[in-house]
Amino acid sequence: MSRLGNLGARLYRGEVGYDFIGKRKIWYGVSILITITAILGLAVSGLNMGIEFKGGAVFTTDTKAKVSVSQAHEDAVAASGHEAIVQELGNGGLRIQITEVDTKKADQIKAQLSEDLGIPEAKINADLVGPSWGEQIANKAWAGLGIFMVLVVVYLAIAFEWRMAVAALIALIHDITITVGVYALVGFEVTPGTVIGLLTILGYSLYDTVVVFDSLKEGTQGITKQTRWTYSEIANRSINGTLVRSINTTVVALLPVAGLLFIGGGVLGAGMLNDISLSLFVGLAAGAYSSIFIATPLVADLKEREPQIKALKKRILAKRAAAAAKGESAEDERDDLTDDLTEPAGAVVGQRRQPGGHGRTPRNRR
Amino acid sequence: MAAPKKGRGSSGGQGRPGRALALILIAMVALTGGMFLSGHTTPRLGIDLAGGTSITLKAKSQPGKPEAINETNMNTAVSIIERRVNGLGVSEAEVQTQGASNIIVNIPKGTNSAQAREQVGTTAQLYFRPVLTVAGGAPTPEGSASPSATGSGKPSATPSAKASDPETASDPKATPSDGATTQGRAVTGALKKDATPTPSGASESDAPAATETPDAATAALQKKFTELDCTDKAARAAAGDGVKPEDPTVACSSEGDAKYLLGPAEVSGTDVDDAKAQFDQQRGIWLVSMEFTDKGSKKFQTITKKLSTQQSPANQFAISLDGEVVSAPQVNETLSGSAEISGSFTQQSAEDLANVLSYGALPLSFSEDTVTTVTAALGGEQLEAGLIAGAIGLALVVIYLVAYYRGLALIALLSLVASGILTYTIMALLGPAIGFALNLPAVCGAIVAIGITADSFIVYFERIRDEIREGRTLRPAVERAWPRARRTILVSDFVSFLAAAVLFLVTVGKVQGFAFTLGLTTLLDVVVVFLFTKPVMTLMARTKFFGGGHPWSGLDPKRLGAKPPLRRSRRVNARTDHPKEA
Repeated sequence: MSRLGNLGARLYRGEVGYDFIGKRKIWYGVSILITITAILGLAVSGLNMGIEFKGGAVFTTDTKAKVSVSQAHEDAVAASGHEAIVQELGNGGLRIQITEVDTKKADQIKAQLSEDLGIPEAKINADLVGPSWGEQIANKAWAGLGIFMVLVVVYLAIAFEWRMAVAALIALIHDITITVGVYALVGFEVTPGTVIGLLTILGYSLYDTVVVFDSLKEGTQGITKQTRWTYSEIANRSINGTLVRSINTTVVALLPVAGLLFIGGGVLGAGMLNDISLSLFVGLAAGAYSSIFIATPLVADLKEREPQIKALKKRILAKRAAAAAKGESAEDERDDLTDDLTEPAGAVVGQRRQPGGHGRTPRNRR
Repeated sequence: MAAPKKGRGSSGGQGRPGRALALILIAMVALTGGMFLSGHTTPRLGIDLAGGTSITLKAKSQPGKPEAINETNMNTAVSIIERRVNGLGVSEAEVQTQGASNIIVNIPKGTNSAQAREQVGTTAQLYFRPVLTVAGGAPTPEGSASPSATGSGKPSATPSAKASDPETASDPKATPSDGATTQGRAVTGALKKDATPTPSGASESDAPAATETPDAATAALQKKFTELDCTDKAARAAAGDGVKPEDPTVACSSEGDAKYLLGPAEVSGTDVDDAKAQFDQQRGIWLVSMEFTDKGSKKFQTITKKLSTQQSPANQFAISLDGEVVSAPQVNETLSGSAEISGSFTQQSAEDLANVLSYGALPLSFSEDTVTTVTAALGGEQLEAGLIAGAIGLALVVIYLVAYYRGLALIALLSLVASGILTYTIMALLGPAIGFALNLPAVCGAIVAIGITADSFIVYFERIRDEIREGRTLRPAVERAWPRARRTILVSDFVSFLAAAVLFLVTVGKVQGFAFTLGLTTLLDVVVVFLFTKPVMTLMARTKFFGGGHPWSGLDPKRLGAKPPLRRSRRVNARTDHPKEA
């Protein structure tokens, strides 16, 4: 633990740091790979929509079953191979809903249920049910999503700048694609809970990105007024500066969800929770990852194309080259440079820090 | 130690944390008290968690329209019923079709199921039809129809007059305020007339006179009209059955004290854009005001223009709802845009009507087939497993926070508890207030909200620690870190809130319920950080344990790797504090 505490301090001072921006191509590659896998998974296995979206078969009994509701649930799942919704009615009968099955299969399930529940087949009434989450709800949800995306881009463009808005949006799409893809690959049935989980991810992904961007914005204030660090270098400092926060927040957000998914779903067998907790778990992890590894490097990439920032980089490189040419030994120069980088670099504005001699930046370590 | 304390106090920071804390504590106590007083100590739970009532509606086949019960109409009916029962979008009711002609409506426990049953089944086919003839409710012996008619019937049903004295039987046009366009006033005119105790005005209305070119159909209708007995409830309800909107029809007043011969529908419920229940202060009655769509407004203009030139009773139009005449105001001038329906509404019935008008008429009429209770869709054992798992997850969060933040974790946990109390009490109170029901996805959303709430503290704590690494002592560090942390928290929470607001406004059903939970927890996050975490932090900074940087406070400068301060005597301060600590 104290090592962790020290890590925070060392990250803060730039004694340690990971070169997120410099190695961005690797992470872009990783993300593209995962995204492609996710899309492939989606294309191949498709999403397994649950009864709430597709409707399905409903079996109603008039008489009391000889087994408990939860036993009936297990039986129904076993008989159909799908997740089932089992409810006890006022008269003691059961209502069992199972996702779309064909007639033959429905008869088979009915026979199986009759045996399991100890109710004569004639007393089980089979019928079709429509979706409780109809197309209209889905369409409105899409419309809402569209409007939200537009508004959030406008807001980020005003509060920050359009480059950050674009990067945040890309990160968001990245997170959602991965979550949906994993869902398709795992093959869980999509329930309203899954959709709600995805929407939660949407909020969280943007939230997390904005926190990182806020520190980036702070770090790059007045960047053109100095000639020591390029935009990418400062961006990297900002990420490292908020790294502890990012890790802590992610851990705190993921632990309860992991509890639900692995302990609740895996060990205790609360199958119904799996759908929500899986989408939350994957989405939260992807959201935390993309804020650091995708969104911020993307901003840096976009930013470095801006004429002002380009010119700044040129000046800085020229200055460094000049310094090198002044005859200092290569080793010394490197140290100098590193010193520069280890400076707070405005990651927190207004700090005064003496240049420390601890030259262990990523650049140096390489 | 005393001297520095005074100094701190005079810096102005002292009074405020206390006030903020008092505020939030009062809020917490008030909410908790309110919760116990109201007797709703648990949030209402959704069907998936607590079960509820299940209503099965069967579509009535309509004579002459065997194909009316089809998939399209059933789906339309489902989405309309869905909106009706989920008026505020947070009640988590479920609506789905079953078989070819049934609709199942599942309503969570604790909902007023009688009211819900009323709402889901109401067809709400609303038409504005010109009145051709009016008569009393009972079957009319030939000829004598008119006199008794008007006096008793409608009039009482159509109170709308804002402007005029209802007693006045005189010419409605005399009312000065009639010049204004609102429908209400026109209605007023009608009212006055109707309200007149003397049936005299009506006497001249020989119904048949209004009917032109009597042909067979008209004669049949006339016969039907004569025979109609509105005092009989069944007959009243059946009066307009199976009549197409474009045909003339007979209808009873909803009270059964008058009957009407009505022309073809000129404006229908689909022309209504929005409807609201309103209380008319002056008259002390409930009414329903409607805004028309552009198209509806034009139609309404046409009909009122035509009617305003007619003689009584042909200058009335009837507002017929599901075949019964709710009110039949007189028209004195051309109107457009909006209208009011006033009848003998209670608050409840006005709200119900406004609700169904806003959300549209059902394409089919339904009868209640069965009503039964259903248990939770999630098995109790599964739920228990989920709760245990969630608790373990939360315990891990606590362990992690304590391990990393040590003493600071206490503040974080207190803040989470404060946030938890606020969330819980508000949710419990919103159950009875707006029908808010908590379902499983919402519970999971609340668990993720722990992460977002905790993030606010973490952002703040990290800022404070950064300041300490700068060599500052805790008190200034707490104050300097706050503005920056505050900005980060506000900017990022705004994004979450934006998501919640947009989704709440645009969507329906479960998504809306989710958006509500998200918005609520986001707002509470801001409230707790501003009114609780920050003030507590300020207060804690004054204690020896935290302010002195005790190794277990999580703010020990040495552990944080604070630099020896360059400037002045910070280190000296820190040193002087330490011995006291030890």
